[in-house]
Amino acid sequence: MELLNALALLGNFLIVPGITYGCQLALGALGITLIYGILRFSNFAHGETMAFGTMTVILVTWALQGAGVSFGPLPTALLALPFGIAATVALVLVTDRYVYRFYRTQRSTPVIYLIASIGVMFLYNGLIRFVIGPGDQNFSDGERFIIRAREFKQMTGLDEGLAIRTTQGITVVVTVILVIALFWFLNRTRAGKSMRAYSDNEDLALLSGIDPNRVVMIAWILTAALATIAGTLYGLDKSFKPFTYLQILLPIFAAAIVGGLGSPVGAIAGGFVIAFSETAVTFAYRKVFGYMGYETDSLMQLLSTDYKFAVSFAILVIVLLVRPTGLFAGKSF
Amino acid sequence: MGWRGVGLFALMFGLLALVGVVQSWPLAFTILNLCLISAILSLGVNIQWGYAGLLNVGVMGFVALGGMAGIVVSMPPVTEAVRAGGGGILLAILVALGTAALAWWLSGRVSGGLRVAVVAVVLLAGAFLARGIFDPAVEAIESVDPARTGYLGGFGLPVLLAWIVGGMLAAGAAFLIGKVSLGLRSDYLAIATLGISEIIIAMLKNEDWLTRGVKNVTGIPRPVPYEVDLQAEPWLIDIAERYGLSVVEAASVAVKLCYAGLFLAVLLIVLWLSERALKSPWGRMMRAIRDNEVAAEAMGKDVTARHLQVFVLGSAVLGVAGAMLTTLDGQFTPGSYQPLRFTFLIWVMVIVGGSGNNYGAVLGGFVVWFFWVEAEPIGLWLMDLLTSGLNEESALRAHLLESAAHMRLMTMGAILLLVLRFAPKGLIPERSGASR
Repeated sequence: MELLNALALLGNFLIVPGITYGCQLALGALGITLIYGILRFSNFAHGETMAFGTMTVILVTWALQGAGVSFGPLPTALLALPFGIAATVALVLVTDRYVYRFYRTQRSTPVIYLIASIGVMFLYNGLIRFVIGPGDQNFSDGERFIIRAREFKQMTGLDEGLAIRTTQGITVVVTVILVIALFWFLNRTRAGKSMRAYSDNEDLALLSGIDPNRVVMIAWILTAALATIAGTLYGLDKSFKPFTYLQILLPIFAAAIVGGLGSPVGAIAGGFVIAFSETAVTFAYRKVFGYMGYETDSLMQLLSTDYKFAVSFAILVIVLLVRPTGLFAGKSF
Repeated sequence: MGWRGVGLFALMFGLLALVGVVQSWPLAFTILNLCLISAILSLGVNIQWGYAGLLNVGVMGFVALGGMAGIVVSMPPVTEAVRAGGGGILLAILVALGTAALAWWLSGRVSGGLRVAVVAVVLLAGAFLARGIFDPAVEAIESVDPARTGYLGGFGLPVLLAWIVGGMLAAGAAFLIGKVSLGLRSDYLAIATLGISEIIIAMLKNEDWLTRGVKNVTGIPRPVPYEVDLQAEPWLIDIAERYGLSVVEAASVAVKLCYAGLFLAVLLIVLWLSERALKSPWGRMMRAIRDNEVAAEAMGKDVTARHLQVFVLGSAVLGVAGAMLTTLDGQFTPGSYQPLRFTFLIWVMVIVGGSGNNYGAVLGGFVVWFFWVEAEPIGLWLMDLLTSGLNEESALRAHLLESAAHMRLMTMGAILLLVLRFAPKGLIPERSGASR
C-alpha cells in the first residue's frame, strides 16, 4: 500500500508532468532539427515562432468564444489551431523570403544565419509584445480534468491522488498523431524523401533534380505548424506569457542536440530525456521517502526549481563532452 | 582610422554636446559614461567576433560575473556571517572540488563498463556530502540580520581592484565554457554561452549568501568623491559661479567627469592593447583562422587552442566592463540583467560599428548607446505625433502609446537585420590586407 502511494505520488508530480513536458519539448525540438537539417543553422527565433503561433491561436480563440462557438469538453483553442498555423506559416515564409533567402544565394556561413535569426527573434518579440502585450494570458476552457485526484482516491482507496488534466491528455494524443504523420511524410511521400535526400547530401540532391526552394519551403511550413502546435499545447498546459517562450529555447536546443541535430527521432528522444531529468532533479522526494519508511525534515530535493535550466545545460555539456553527435548521430561538425 | 572615422567620432561628440545644451549637462555626462562602458563591452565582443568569428550569445553572463566582483571585492565583510557560515561554505566548496578531482582521476584509472558507474557514484556521494555541509552554512549566513545583510559581504578592498578581479572571474568562466564547446560546430558555442549566462544570472539571483540575491547590494564604495562633499568645496562653488551652473549641477558634473576619466583610461588601455594585438603576427594569425580555418589548420595552427585563447581574452574584457558598470551604479542588482540590454545590444554595437575594426566597435558602442537612451523620448514624441489625428480617448491611441516601449525590441531587430544585409562591414569597415 505504502509503495503504491509512493508510486501514485511520483506519477502525479513526476511522470505525468514529465511526459507532457517531454511531448512539448519534442515538438519544439523537431522544429529546430528540421530547420537545421535543411537550412543548416540553429534557429534562435524558434521560441518566438512558437509564441507568435500561440498568440494568433489565442486571438482566434477569443473571437470564437465571443461568437459563442465551443468545442464541448475540449478547449476551443484546438479549433483555432488551423488559423494559427496558417498565420505562422505566412509569417515564416515572408521572413524566409526577405531575410534568409539572401544569405542562401550568398552561400553564407551558418554563423551569419544565426545572427540573422537573432534579429528575427527581436522582430517577432517586439511584434508579439506590441499586439498582445507582455502579460499572462489564460485561454484554456472546456473540461479541466480527465481524472480528478479525488476520484482517483475513491477508485483505488489510496491516500495519494493521481490527477490527469485534459490539457495533458490532449498534449500526448496530439503529439503521437503529429509524430506518426511526420514520419509517414518523411519516409513515405515523395516530398518527404526529397527532404531527407537534401538533408543528407545537398549537392547530390540538386543533381538528381530536387528543387531546393521547394524543399526549403516545405521545411518552413512543417516547422511553423510544429511550432504553433507545440506553443499552443505549452500555453494551454501552463499559461501564455511571451517571456517563457524565450526561456524555453534553451531546453529545446538541449533536446535537439542531445538527440543529435538534424535527426527527427533524436529530437523526440532528446525532448523526453531533458524533460524527465528536469522534473526528476528538481522534484522534492521527501513524501516519497516518507512512504518508503524514511522520515526526514529535508526536502530531499537535488536542486531548487530556480535552477531547472541548469539541468538541461548540464546534460548538454555532458553530451558535448562525451558524444558531440548526440544520441542518434546527427551532424556535429 | 582614416578621415571617415574621425568625422564620425566628431559628429558623435557634437550630438553629446547637443544633449548637454538642449537637455542638461549632467544627463550628457551620464550618457557619455555609459557610452564609454559600452565601447569597452563592444571591444570585448569584437575581440571574439571580429577577430575570430566566435559567436558569444551569453555576453550578459560575463558582464554580471564581473559585476559580482564589485561586491565581493569592495563591500566590507559581515564578520558575524563569516563566523557563522564562512567556514562551512569554504569546506563545501573544497569537498565539491575534491569530488570533481577524484571523479576525474578515477575516470582515467577505471576502465570498461564500470567507469560510468564508478564516476556517477562518486559524483553523487560528493554532491550529497557537499550539500549537507553547504545548506546549514547558507542558512546560518542568511539569518544574520537578513534585512540589512544576510550575506558574507566582501573583502573591503578598493573597488578599482574589482575591475581586475571581474575580468579574471569572467575569464575563468569563459575558459570552462570554451573548453567544452569550442572545436565543435560554431552553433554549439552560441547555445552553450546562452545556457551559461542564464545559469549565472539564476545563481546571482538565488544565492543570497553571496550576492543577497534580488534584495540587491547597495552602497558599493566609490573610487571618486561624493557630490555632497564636493558641494562644500570652495573651488567648485567658484567654478559653478563662473559657468552659471547651480552648485548641485556642478558637483554632479564633476563626479561624472571623474568617472569619465577613469573609464576613458581603461578604454584607451584596452583599445591600445587590442590594436597592438590585431597588428601583431598573432592578430594576422587570428584573421587567417577566421577567414579560412582549414587553410590555417593546414599551416599548422592549433585552431581550437587559439579560439579558446581569444574567447577567454574577450570575456575578460567583458568582465572588466561589468565591474565598471557596478562601480558606476554603486549597486548590484541581479534582477536588472536582461539579455536584450546586455547581450544583443552589444552585438548590435559591434555589427553597426564595424566587425573586426576596434575603432568601429568603439564608435558602435557610442552611437548605439546614444540612440538607445534617446530613442524613448524620440519614439514617444513620434508616436504622439502619429496618433495626434486620433481621438484623445481612442483605445487604439492609448494602446499604441503604451506599446511604444516595445518598439525598442523591434527597432534593434530591424537595425541588426538591415546592417547585416546592406552594410555588413559597418560604419568603420575593417581594413583589408592591402591598405593596412
